[in-house]
Amino acid sequence: MERLVIIGNGIAGITTALEVRARDPRVRITVISSESKYHYSRPALMYIFMGHLKFRDTMPYPPTFWEKKKIELVHGYVEEIDSSDQKVRLASGTAFSYDKLVLATGSKSNTFGWPGEDLTGVLGLYNLQDLEKLEQLVPNASSAVIVGGGLIGIELGEMLHSRGIHVTFLIRECSYWNSVLPDEESQMINHVIRAENMEIVPSSLLAEILPDSTGRVRAIVTEDGREISCQIVGLTPGVHPNKTLAQAASIPTHKGILVNQYLETRIPNIYACGDCAEIQNEVEGSSRVESIWYTGKFQGETLARNLTGERVTYDPGIFYNSAKFLDLEYQVYGTVQKQNPDDTHYYWCSKNGLHSLRLVERGGALIGVNLMGIRYRHRTCEEWIKQKLSVKEVLPLLGEANFDPEFSKRFEPEIVAAFAEELR
Amino acid sequence: MSLVQIHSSNPKSRHATTTLFRIGTYIGLLLFFASLCPRLYEFFQSVAPSYLPLLLTFGLTTLSAIGWIASLYTGTTPGIKHNGTQTQGISSRGIGAWILGVLITAFYVYLYFYQDLTAAGFLPLFAPWIDIVDPLARLLANAPADQWFLYGSLYTSAILIMGIRMLYRYRHNRYHILRTLSVMFCQLGLAFLLPAFLRKLQQPEFYFTYFWPLKYDYLFPDSAHSLIQSGGVGVFMFFWGAVMALIATPVLTYFFGKRWYCSWVCGCGGLAETAGDPFRHLSSKSERAWILERWLIHSILVIIILITVLLWANEYAGRSLLGGWTYSAKSLYGLYIGAIFSGVIGVGFYPLLGSRVWCRFGCPMAAILGIFQRCFSRFRITVNGGQCISCGNCSTYCEMGIDVKAYAQRGENIVRASCVGCGVCAAVCPRGVLALENGPVKIGRFSGSDKGALRILKDSVLTRRIYEA
Repeated sequence: MERLVIIGNGIAGITTALEVRARDPRVRITVISSESKYHYSRPALMYIFMGHLKFRDTMPYPPTFWEKKKIELVHGYVEEIDSSDQKVRLASGTAFSYDKLVLATGSKSNTFGWPGEDLTGVLGLYNLQDLEKLEQLVPNASSAVIVGGGLIGIELGEMLHSRGIHVTFLIRECSYWNSVLPDEESQMINHVIRAENMEIVPSSLLAEILPDSTGRVRAIVTEDGREISCQIVGLTPGVHPNKTLAQAASIPTHKGILVNQYLETRIPNIYACGDCAEIQNEVEGSSRVESIWYTGKFQGETLARNLTGERVTYDPGIFYNSAKFLDLEYQVYGTVQKQNPDDTHYYWCSKNGLHSLRLVERGGALIGVNLMGIRYRHRTCEEWIKQKLSVKEVLPLLGEANFDPEFSKRFEPEIVAAFAEELR
Repeated sequence: MSLVQIHSSNPKSRHATTTLFRIGTYIGLLLFFASLCPRLYEFFQSVAPSYLPLLLTFGLTTLSAIGWIASLYTGTTPGIKHNGTQTQGISSRGIGAWILGVLITAFYVYLYFYQDLTAAGFLPLFAPWIDIVDPLARLLANAPADQWFLYGSLYTSAILIMGIRMLYRYRHNRYHILRTLSVMFCQLGLAFLLPAFLRKLQQPEFYFTYFWPLKYDYLFPDSAHSLIQSGGVGVFMFFWGAVMALIATPVLTYFFGKRWYCSWVCGCGGLAETAGDPFRHLSSKSERAWILERWLIHSILVIIILITVLLWANEYAGRSLLGGWTYSAKSLYGLYIGAIFSGVIGVGFYPLLGSRVWCRFGCPMAAILGIFQRCFSRFRITVNGGQCISCGNCSTYCEMGIDVKAYAQRGENIVRASCVGCGVCAAVCPRGVLALENGPVKIGRFSGSDKGALRILKDSVLTRRIYEA
């Protein structure tokens, strides 16, 4: 390989570039992005808006780093991929030829063809451009409705709330992020949202967004006819793979850009990783799209190894994720499914309702750990799950996993006492 | 499920209270500055009892400022709220920051060169201010106030007022509550009230929270002689200074890292952690700043060690070794490092260069503690697995300019000489990835956090007992 071109400078694309460079000092690497020249941390978007950080603070590597690593950064929009000539062409007319091409084009915000979804004042939260739009909207807004809960919804809610805008969440489930979280944790989030004087309208679907006379958002209407006035509508009902470019180049896609376990598309010398990829497992006949930060990083690593002479399949290992709902921290290790008859749940919640631990056992082995307001060590939890320890075996070890700040109240004695009671 | 209900009081009435306290603070400050006008002050003195100016300036400002802070935080939920830090002028090098910087710098220049300036015909500008705190000095120390007592009063008020702000700001985090209470206590009790009380008892002036080489003269021959000659208390003071500097410092740093001093005890650190908190993100994170830091701080350490050694050598040689040269080295160090660097630049430039300029680039005590911390200490900042999202909050809010995320995103622990262990990186991390820990020196000090090698909890025993029952 002489020349590697990567489209997209998010975490997946950049990890690929850095890991390839670490293995091959000679290959020419070009990373093209239409969003920004420099890689920044997408999960930090909210902190730029809230004034915690400046844009440059969110860059994981300083601008000089890229010269040192000899990685060429191009700020431009790829208009076309010519897979027979092995070339990509930018809107500016510049063309880059490649030996290997990586598509790391990320996601797009979901929309469902709602009437009024193109009005001024309607937006998602995905990239820097969304942030600019939001900055323009905020001075003339006093209230906002966020449609669809989830991890991006809560971020957008916190952002708007920090600027004194009244926020209402319109959610499909009866409780926040209840499609993923078990009832108790989900209700805990409802409480912290309401404690900040934000509103949740549960079990509601968006029917329509209403304009004022100037074409700006005036209100939304729910499917059951309720009208809520607002000047900003945040659409955050999830994201879907951005496969536009791949489709135009006749690279096979389904939900996302189809790749095998080695992250190869069906077209020779073209690969995909991160949010945009749909990874197929031919043996199991299954496929998956993963759109979280950590898996983007893993996929980038796997792909880099495959690009530099190894042949490894993508193995995300034991699942983990973490997030923050306003001031409430959330961590999950392994599998925590809401309703699976095979699973036994052990759940403990502190008296003030702001700290909880859930252990999930299947077939006598721990398979998942869910934490709210308590931090546990990643490697320790992973080890328990890998070693298939039972909850009974894990209990005496709980204290070792605690990662809370020094002098924090330790809940383990209470938790252990409660679970030991249940186990008896 | 019972949940703590966070009552948000009526925003309008809260706003009114905030405004009231804010006006009180401004009036107190205005009176304080207005008193610099001698005619006005003389008039005031002629009509009011002597302690009234103190109450109307220090008293009113302190109480209103505390009320202002309290009303700002009432009704907010506990948690990290850095909203607007990088967009508001005062904390992001706006015009307000420049004005504040110039004012503090001017104050320090005047303070350190007060005698010279007044001798050179400048107005004795501080005279009314010294007068204002005079009743307090007489009460505490049974002595008239001087410019240093004025400085001590201002310094202590700043730490107390802004310390209360820190307590509100980090009320969800016991580490920050305890270390803030600790610096507030050390400053008020050990660095303000106790020295005044010692003066009242006609004992030598001594600060139990400062040690050589930060308080460089505590191990100089002159101080040693005068302390020891002054009798029992003085002898204790000299040995306290020597033992803390030479024995306690390495031992405590081995167990806890340099934080035991820099962000729990030290007065310079105390000011940086309280009054300097709004400016902590202004520290430069560049590699050039890091290189400059290492050169400067270690050079200053070498210089002060050399001066100390020379002074003692000179002493044993019957003060004949270098003649007046050692004396001038000592006074030059006092002028350029002690006064100009630590005071004028160190504090005056808070709003422009961040709160730890002196601690990072100048303090020889920090240099020694840093060497111990880097090479022989159980302290490290541990990174939790692969959870870093590279958001940059940790690096941004590191007052020492450490690029924390550069380590965190690689899953490496942070073991850096300059880290003062303030713990803010761990507090601002939105994914709870960082933890300050004291663990075994040999196991996993530099690599990321692994199995509970570090914090084996007491409750393991308790757990087993529950089990066996």
